[in-house]
Amino acid sequence: MKELSLNILDITQNSIRAEATLIEILLDETETTLTITIRDNGYGMSEAFLKTVVDPFSTTRTTRKVGMGIPLLKLAAEQTGGSLSIRSVERSVDPEHCGTEITATFDKTHLDFTPLGDVVSTITLLIRGSAETDFVFRHTLPDRTVELDTRELRQVLGEEVPLDEYEVLAWIRDMLTEQYAAEA
Amino acid sequence: MKTLEELAQIRDRMKNKVALREGTGEIRVVVGMATCGIAAGARPVLNALVEQVAEQNLGDRVTVTQTGCIGMCRFEPIVEVFEGDKERVTYVKVKPEMVPEIVKEHLIGGKPVTKYTIGAVEG
Repeated sequence: MKELSLNILDITQNSIRAEATLIEILLDETETTLTITIRDNGYGMSEAFLKTVVDPFSTTRTTRKVGMGIPLLKLAAEQTGGSLSIRSVERSVDPEHCGTEITATFDKTHLDFTPLGDVVSTITLLIRGSAETDFVFRHTLPDRTVELDTRELRQVLGEEVPLDEYEVLAWIRDMLTEQYAAEA
Repeated sequence: MKTLEELAQIRDRMKNKVALREGTGEIRVVVGMATCGIAAGARPVLNALVEQVAEQNLGDRVTVTQTGCIGMCRFEPIVEVFEGDKERVTYVKVKPEMVPEIVKEHLIGGKPVTKYTIGAVEG
């Protein structure tokens, strides 16, 4: 992947497929490090499945469920000296607290660090592709925080107007772009 | 500055339109957005399609949706057009620059842009 924001777009689709109703995408950035956390309340993964997700070559897969998404993000993190970890609770084990959390850490100063790229495109396309799901996006930078919570937008929009209306998505895009561009 | 008041204005403007639009959309445009599609450059293609369809006011007739792996990863980004009983048209190795032509010739004009379809690329 040319941008980490593309990995985020890819990985988050797993959360949507896991029937999550709330997905949090959290980016924590310092001058030298980046941590990406994707947390959902979807149906989770078993321990055995978790192993195959991180290394798709460790087992013969019988479904198309295990892909290259997580290994690619893991590679992107590890090639900077960072790491990737996953925690997951299956719905069948604990329906109240089920879900998956993926955390990837990066050394931004490393030669092989992949830039984040167009995060705004990723967020708007995720909302567009799954307008029923709620998304919390928070990007903490050294000098500012860029935030979006679709639950707040939904309160304003009410029942009649969905989040995936073009004008609403354009508003979301501009609102995020403004937050990135604003003077600190 | 984007404010929630502005969003409320959009809501008031859209309310009636949304109700009208339901149940239409004769043409369905589907973009493959699995790992393979994304890695090959599907995100800007999907963005371009969404923007062109909105700009050309095709929202009533055309819906743009995203799907998983279409199963021909080496041809990604793939865009498929479904229209009624017509045979589906599969565009392969799509670049954002091709999108205006596909929208104009195919979605508006009704003539598939054959040179970008899987038949032309494979043959």
